[in-house]
Amino acid sequence: MTVIKRAADFVHETSAAEAAPGIERIDVQPVSSKAVRETYAARPKIYPKLAHGTFRKIKWAVMAVTLGIYYLLPWLRWDRGPNLPDQAFLLDFANQRLFFGPIEIWAQELYYITGLLILSALGLFLVTSLAGRMWCGYTCPQTVWTDLMVVVERFWQGDRNARIRLDNSPWTFEKIWKKTATHVTWLLVGLATGGVLVFYFRDAPTLAAELVTGDAPIVAYVFLGIFTGTTYLLGGLAREQVCIYMCPWPRIQGAMFDRDSLLISYRGYRGEPHGPHKKGQSWEGRGDCIDCKACVAVCPVGIDIRDGVQLECIQCALCIDACDEIMIKVERPTGLIAYDSFRNLDAASHDDRAPLRFVRPRTILYSALIAIVAGLMLWAWLNRTILDLSVLHHRNPIYVELTDGSLRNRFTVKILNKLHEKRTFELSTEGLGRAKLSILGFAEDDPKIDVVTDNLRALNVLITVPKAARAKLDGPATPFRFVVTDMADGSQTDRKATFRGPNHE
Amino acid sequence: MSEKEIDHVTGVETTGHVWDGDLKELNKPLPKWWLYVLYATIIWSIGYWILYPAWPTLHGYTKGILDYSPRAEVAEELAAAKAKQAKYLDEIAAKSLGEIATDQELLPFVMAGGAAVFGDNCGPCHGKGGGGAAGYPNLNDDDWLWGGKLEDVEHTILYGIRSGHPETRDMAMPRFGIDEMLKPAEIADTTQYILSFSDKATDPVAAEKGKSLYADNCAACHGEDGKGNIELGAPNLTDNIWLFGSAPAAIAETIRTGRGGVMPHWTGRLDPATIKMLTVYVHSLGGGR
Repeated sequence: MTVIKRAADFVHETSAAEAAPGIERIDVQPVSSKAVRETYAARPKIYPKLAHGTFRKIKWAVMAVTLGIYYLLPWLRWDRGPNLPDQAFLLDFANQRLFFGPIEIWAQELYYITGLLILSALGLFLVTSLAGRMWCGYTCPQTVWTDLMVVVERFWQGDRNARIRLDNSPWTFEKIWKKTATHVTWLLVGLATGGVLVFYFRDAPTLAAELVTGDAPIVAYVFLGIFTGTTYLLGGLAREQVCIYMCPWPRIQGAMFDRDSLLISYRGYRGEPHGPHKKGQSWEGRGDCIDCKACVAVCPVGIDIRDGVQLECIQCALCIDACDEIMIKVERPTGLIAYDSFRNLDAASHDDRAPLRFVRPRTILYSALIAIVAGLMLWAWLNRTILDLSVLHHRNPIYVELTDGSLRNRFTVKILNKLHEKRTFELSTEGLGRAKLSILGFAEDDPKIDVVTDNLRALNVLITVPKAARAKLDGPATPFRFVVTDMADGSQTDRKATFRGPNHE
Repeated sequence: MSEKEIDHVTGVETTGHVWDGDLKELNKPLPKWWLYVLYATIIWSIGYWILYPAWPTLHGYTKGILDYSPRAEVAEELAAAKAKQAKYLDEIAAKSLGEIATDQELLPFVMAGGAAVFGDNCGPCHGKGGGGAAGYPNLNDDDWLWGGKLEDVEHTILYGIRSGHPETRDMAMPRFGIDEMLKPAEIADTTQYILSFSDKATDPVAAEKGKSLYADNCAACHGEDGKGNIELGAPNLTDNIWLFGSAPAAIAETIRTGRGGVMPHWTGRLDPATIKMLTVYVHSLGGGR
């Protein structure tokens, strides 16, 4: 039975040999590798080493931008006039509206959000087929917050080696306060995360004041607590476990890759056979990989990229930085680990090159789907109704005969005004000949229906077909239309309805 | 069972139980997290017993120190809801029916409240939407036996029809057949004459014979022309709306027994504001008359 040893164990086990003159061979074992992949094993702790280089800089920038957006967005204001929230980005569940700058989505229009989610998924598919797990490696909140939590850990406890030493040392005062400071800071990061999340659901400045004075709704505190806890748990403690065991995406993303996708790869054709490089030794007949394990030490999920693309790899590109740094030191070309395609790797092993192919059936399909969905959404948005009409036929009784022999149906007609101004409408029927329309509570001759700012008005409508016109009815069910005319601009909206009468006739 | 046996394949201790000669069960304790959750729930339940109603006793149950009772909570919520309605109910009580029916601020409350009260109290006879049934008037048409103005409707709801209340509308049609005021043949003739008002007569000779019988016995209330009289609650016999049906047999039965349908009075059972809401709601069904 193979037993996985914690990375910390190795510090004492092997003497740190040099991988090349002046370059330490880091004592690190991947927690999961081709050679050692246990089905049942306790979680070995990973101590990611700080990487330096282009991709680390890009990741710092992405982290700053994404966290900046997350923390600052709720504070952005947007003037929508009186009686409306002035928060640019607000999920106003209480009033069943979503506000995104100039866009306002009502509860019954939630399909726009569905469309947005479909677009996001398709975008993810496209990016993944082009360049692998860009989402996982750079922008996924799990990655960003884990990165932030590692920064905190590094600030209090030092980099990889210092952290391993601290973990192996007995519980001294220094260890206690360093650990305490780390966990407290993690909790504060969690608190800030949860604290900002609730601002998306209620006017941020108001809620901020309420949170401090203790007047905020209980649900705000509950969600603040939940997100403080989950940020601490998932970002601070669970980390790569979330990506490996909880997230479904790593299992799906394999279906998006193909031989042309740019994936972070170890160029085995260049690196092998690997081994320590002695001073003055020729590079002829051996690989560029000096087995310094710098790539394993920086890996946040604790794998060896030299095993190839694997489920655990979130493709964060930090191993590229780590390897390039070493390659420069040993005066070999950089890019031993780099974004490359399977096709090019294969070609290169035969001293050939395969050009990059971004345009291929898969990417064309994803792009076309994105264009179609985006086009549909844009079309739906441009044709979005600013007036909704719904008609409900009363069914007990379904019709009545009046003393003078005329027939009458009763309807509830609801007019929904989505504009932020009062509008006046006129209601009429089409397709019922001389039918008389009267609205309870309105003057018979000229009913002007005012519907105030983004509101709904229900009308009790009576449609009467005189005795003389009954013969013209289409049996027991006559289709007709309710027409609502905006008196300001004459625009019309209509709805189908049915006029009911007796069966015999 | 004193010696610990280790399974050589997995390196895990066995329970020592053997089936079929060689099948052994590995000794795998419960997952720790599961066990701790179980302990936590046990501790939680003790707190629960102290705070909330929990254990049955011989004469009731333990009340818990929080004195919590779902029943009391419901009562509180109902009281709070009543308090919220009070503003509207006061306004309804203060205003006249005509004012309420045209008050666009108040109407949504009145219509919603009226519909609820109607469903609970009136629906069993008149139908949930006021569609009526044989003997129970349809409230959606414009045929109002005792008048279709707001005040008329309110009066009917308050005091009912032949309900026994001193203020009730208690005019009743005589029982021409039962009390032997008309012979069966005469009733048949009268029926034919009444049907002729709405062109439904099938026997012109009988109808002609019924004309004088109608004039002598019916016209006083229903009018010479059969148009009825709202003051007396006498239905219009010329339209196509028949409370007990328009078949000759149904009309003959009406003449024989006088029918005399009864509606209970609601004053004393529903408060005045509720009756006002109900009135405006019922009036809105068909727009009254």
